[in-house]
Formats: sequence, structure tokens, C-alpha cells
Amino acid sequence: MRFDWNWAFTFEILPRLLAATLNTLAAAGIGYVIAIFLGLALALAQRTPWGMLTFVVREFVEFIRSTPLVLQIFFVFYVGPQFGIRLSPWTAGMIAIGLHYSAYLSEVYRAGIDSVPKGQWEACRAINMSTRDTYLRIVIPQALPPSIAGLGNYLVGIFKDTPMLSVIGVAELMHTANAIGAEHYRFLEPLTMVGVIFLAISLPAAGLVRLFEGWMRRKMGM
Amino acid sequence: MDLSDYPLELPEGQRPMVRFMNVTKRYGSLVVLDKLDLDVAEGEMVTIIGPSGSGKTTVLRMLMTLETVNGGVIYVDGKPLTHMEKRGKLVPADERYLRRMRSSIGMCFQHFNLFPHMTALQNCMEGPVQVLGLSKAEARERSEELLDMVGMIEKKDQHPSRLSGGQQQRVAIARALAMRPKVMLFDEVTSALDPEVIGEVTNVIRRLVAEHNLTMLMVTHQMGFARDISDRVCFFFGGRIEEQGTPDELFGNPQRERTQQFLSAVKEAG
Amino acid sequence: MSIWDFVVAYGPRIADGTLVTIAQFLLATLVAIAVALVMGLGKLSGNWLIRTPAVVYIEIFRGTSLLVQLYWIFFVLPLFGITLDKFTAGFLSVGLNIGAYGAELVRGAIQSVPKGQWEAAYALSMSPAKRMRRIILPQALAIMLPPWGNLLIELLKGTALVSLIAVADLMFQARQINASTFLSAQAFGIALLVYYVLARFLVTPFMRWLERVVARRLGRA
Repeated sequence: MRFDWNWAFTFEILPRLLAATLNTLAAAGIGYVIAIFLGLALALAQRTPWGMLTFVVREFVEFIRSTPLVLQIFFVFYVGPQFGIRLSPWTAGMIAIGLHYSAYLSEVYRAGIDSVPKGQWEACRAINMSTRDTYLRIVIPQALPPSIAGLGNYLVGIFKDTPMLSVIGVAELMHTANAIGAEHYRFLEPLTMVGVIFLAISLPAAGLVRLFEGWMRRKMGM
Repeated sequence: MDLSDYPLELPEGQRPMVRFMNVTKRYGSLVVLDKLDLDVAEGEMVTIIGPSGSGKTTVLRMLMTLETVNGGVIYVDGKPLTHMEKRGKLVPADERYLRRMRSSIGMCFQHFNLFPHMTALQNCMEGPVQVLGLSKAEARERSEELLDMVGMIEKKDQHPSRLSGGQQQRVAIARALAMRPKVMLFDEVTSALDPEVIGEVTNVIRRLVAEHNLTMLMVTHQMGFARDISDRVCFFFGGRIEEQGTPDELFGNPQRERTQQFLSAVKEAG
Repeated sequence: MSIWDFVVAYGPRIADGTLVTIAQFLLATLVAIAVALVMGLGKLSGNWLIRTPAVVYIEIFRGTSLLVQLYWIFFVLPLFGITLDKFTAGFLSVGLNIGAYGAELVRGAIQSVPKGQWEAAYALSMSPAKRMRRIILPQALAIMLPPWGNLLIELLKGTALVSLIAVADLMFQARQINASTFLSAQAFGIALLVYYVLARFLVTPFMRWLERVVARRLGRA
């Protein structure tokens, strides 16, 4: 058994890992922001009167949700150059992860919108409110509170999925740990510290999501 | 009273089938049963009535060991139920002892609680096979006999979802009887039933009382039924027995004011 | 090269990869179910000596990503004397990870079984083990099947990561083909389609069928 934890080594690599963590958080953050808006668009696109659009978007969302993110990342990164478009790892990664999670979030939004009572829609129709205003002023504000839990969970999820970006060379936490491991022929400390850092961020984050959901429920009088 | 003040076993000649001795039950600061003394003789049919929160269901649940006692001891057939003997002293019973004692008590619930993934017959056979160790053939014979007695033999291969409330409750009674308990408990068994089918269930219980020498405790709101078949009626109030007597005594000539108030309120509700 | 020519030329390799993916999926599923049952029941235990490891396991495997766990099991575990071949490391990691999520589904389902069922089994004097096995778990099964359907799709997607430790599954083959031909759209596109077909037209219908079978056993169909 060649198990011996080298604390000196651990502290030596920690700054590099923490710097990479910032990259990870940035990647998760940007991807999430893309997903928040694109997801809403996808959810609304499935509620149009144009059957063809609804159908296409529905199938598209199902397709994205049913196939591996890592494969989608490869697809976005490599397909561009095949047709002459060069994407940096970052850009490709953000597009792929943003798209993937927008599909998940669109389902959260759909459930939230569906939970708004039918009477609300009818009331808006009765006072002749435009569709745009109905959504913006009445439906979406009511759809948000039940969606918060789902949205929060996927925020934690997207953070945990960022290591997949390492496969196309994005210098996030996983990639950096692998690089350190390859350079020094020691994987024990880098990989374990990656796990520790992930836990240190995702566990409190998940706890905060639960707390926030509870606070939201109390605020809405549920 | 200290645990050492209670007998390890009830003396010969002084052995009601059920004895609550100084039993107290608390939920936090709320006292639900207050130093209750209650005896049920062998073969006796006792009905407990009273307003909600008076502790009547708690009496049944404690006898079924679904709840623990906070004070006092419950005896069944002379032996302690809630406590066991250890080195000549009474101590709170452990799970294994409770499980042994529990099989002499049978209970029917307000919401039947039949096992949905089993047929009526399988529901009845489950206890005898899995707990009493009977062979499938013996269990089937016993179960079919009981299902016949409650009038459900035709539906023995149906799942509970296909049965009406009254039918399910009758199967539940058969299921409890299949364990050949010494004491049968009925916890508001008609309260969840539509009025038209209450008769099905009460008739089964009538038969049980008439044809078998089973010790029974019943909690019910069906006053007429209780009056017909009980040997004794107890009126509970605030965790204590306010008044008890034969049905004619209690219903016909209630002595205590609270009893009179309760009975007239129930009569008004029809 | 047209799509058709591509399929003819590389079809066999894609098919080989798909078989490996299916094997990984089935084996990981077995691991996940076992882990979910053990940890889910463990978390419900009244004994803190059993409950604590279950909680710790679930939090660790849910709180870190599958890729990190995969690399850890394959690269770091050998240092502790446990060396696994890449195929085993692959489905084991996926199974252990998904099993942690499954444990929560098992726990939630068991807690959703109506309290009256516990009391009825209790009143018949059943032992806790018999009660769980014969009364509670069969009913919990019906409750947990729909979310397990979604979880198995996640498991299928998770198996794609084993390609990163050089297991020759579908994604591995797609990457190889891409590396040698640069026909990225075809290679990755076909791979995406195969995963989609597996998820939408195999896993999901199977789970729906299973849901119907269990519902019938509960007399609900």
C-alpha cells in the first residue's frame, strides 16, 4: 500500500486549485445565466399556438435531456471547426452547458407555469389583457415561487457538472487537478482535494437552497 | 406508585382478561389518560364512548402497544403487557417481549388498512403464515372459514381496491380473527363507512358477540348499536372514566351531568 | 462522405460501442439498486451507528460530481490497495453515484407508504423485517418507480463518462472516429442519436411497462 498523504504537497498545490475553482464557479455561473433565460424561452416556446414550433421545441428539449452532456460538449466543440467556425474551449463549453441546462430549466418553468391556476388566465382574458402582459405581469410572477426549489437544485447541479468541461481543455478545477497529477505523478492529493472543495461548496449551497425554499414558502404564506 | 409496587403477575381468582392499573399517558404536557383503572372480564364486550380527546382511542392503541405507557401497568390474561419481568422486577418491556404479547391482541382500524397488494384471502393468511408459522394449507382453511363467517367468501380473490368500504372492513375483521387473539379491539370501525353499509359490519360484530366468547373493546359513535350488544359501557371524559355501567344503566339513567350532556348532544346530532 | 456512407463504414464500431454502453448500463443499474436499498433503508434506521454512514455516503456521492468520483476510483484507489480494471471501475463508479440519489428515492417512497399499513402489520405482530419486506417495500416500489425512470436516464448518460478512462463504449468509439476522420457532426451526431434512442425508446418504455405491472399487482390497474 503506497498510501501516504503528503501535506506539504497539498498546501503547495492548493493555491492553483483554488484559482481553478474560481474558473469553475465562473463557468457554472455563466452557464446558469444562459440557462435561466434560454430555459424560459424554451418553456414559453412550447406554449405557442403554432403546433409545429411547439412540437419541434418539445422534441429538442427531450433530446437534450436524454443525451449525455459530455457528448454534447464534444459535439459543440468539434462540429464548429468542421464547418469552419473555431470556438474556444470556453465558448464551446458555455454554449453546451448553457443549452443542456436550459432544457432542464425549461421543464422547471413549465411545471411552475402549469401550477398557476387556470382562473388566472381566464381573469386576464376577461379584462382583455395582452398575452405579453398576461405572462409578464400575472403568470410568471406566480410561477416563480414553486420553481425556486428546482432552479436552486439545478444551480448546484451545474456546478457539479463543470468537470466535464475539462475534456475539451477548459482550465477548471478537474482539468487543473489532472494536470497537477500528470506533472508530479501524484494523483492522491489533487483528486481528493477536488472532492473536498466540491463538497465544501455544494453541501452548503444545497443547504442554502433548502433554506431559501422554506423562506419563500413562508413568505408566500404556504 | 413505583414499578415495584405492581405485581409481576395477577393472582389467581383476580384475573380479568384486561387490566389497566393506574395507567397514565402523556403527549408532552398534555395528559391524555390520567391514572386509569379499567378491568375487562373474559368474554366481556365493553364499549367506550366519549367526546374526542377524551382518551378513548388511546386506550385501544395502548392495548395494541402502538403507544407506550408513561405510568402504570397494563395486564393481559394475568401477565403484564407493557412491562416484563427481569431478575424478579418489573421493567419496561423490550421489543421482542412486546411482539410475543402483541399476538394475543387483534385490532380493526377506522380506515381498514388492508394490504393493497394482496387479495382478501392473502390478507387473512398473511398473519397466520408469517407470524404464527402455520402452513399455507392450514392458514387457507382458517382464513376461508373466517371469510365465510363475515360473508366475504365470494370475494376472497379480490384486491381491496375492488371492494367497498363495508366489504373491506369485514375482511379486516376476518384478518384480525385469523390470529385467534384473546382480545379484539374495534377502533371506530364504522366511522369511515357510508350509512348504508354500516349494518354489514355491525352485524358481523353482533355475530361475534353472540357466537364467540371473545373479549372485546370497542370505541364507537354508534350509540344504538353499542346499547344493543355491549355488556358494559364506559363514558370517558378528560382521560378518566366519568361513568360506567350496563347499557341500560348508562343510556337509560345516566347519573353524571357530563354523561347526560354528552348523550343529549349525540341524540341531537341524530 | 454522406451520412449513409458513414453509417456503412463505421456502423460496426458504433454498434460495438453501443453494446459496451448497454453492458455498463445494466451492471451499473444493478449496483445502483443495491446501493439505493442499503443506504435508503440505512438512513431510516433508528440506530445512529447504521444511519450515520448511510447519510455520509449519500451526501458525499451526491455532493461531488461523477467524473471526480470516477477518476478517484480509477486513479487513487490503487494507492489504497484496490486496483480495478477500467471496465469495473466504470460501472462501479456510475452505480455508486446514482445509487446515492436512488437511496433518497427509496427513503422517500418508504416514508410515503400510509401509516395505517405500518400499524396494520404491527397489529398482526409482524417482525420489523417481515413488515418491511412483505408489506412496506412492495407498496414503496410502486411509489418510487416513476422517479427511478428518470434516474435511470441519468445513469445512462453517466455511463458516457467511462469513455474518459478508455472504456471502449459508444462515446469512446465516437471520439476515436472523430479523431481519425474529423467528421465530427456525423460521429458525435450518430452517437447522440443512439443515446437518444436507448433512452427514449428502450429505457422509458420499459419503465412504463414495469410501472403497469406493479400497479396491477397492487390491484390498481
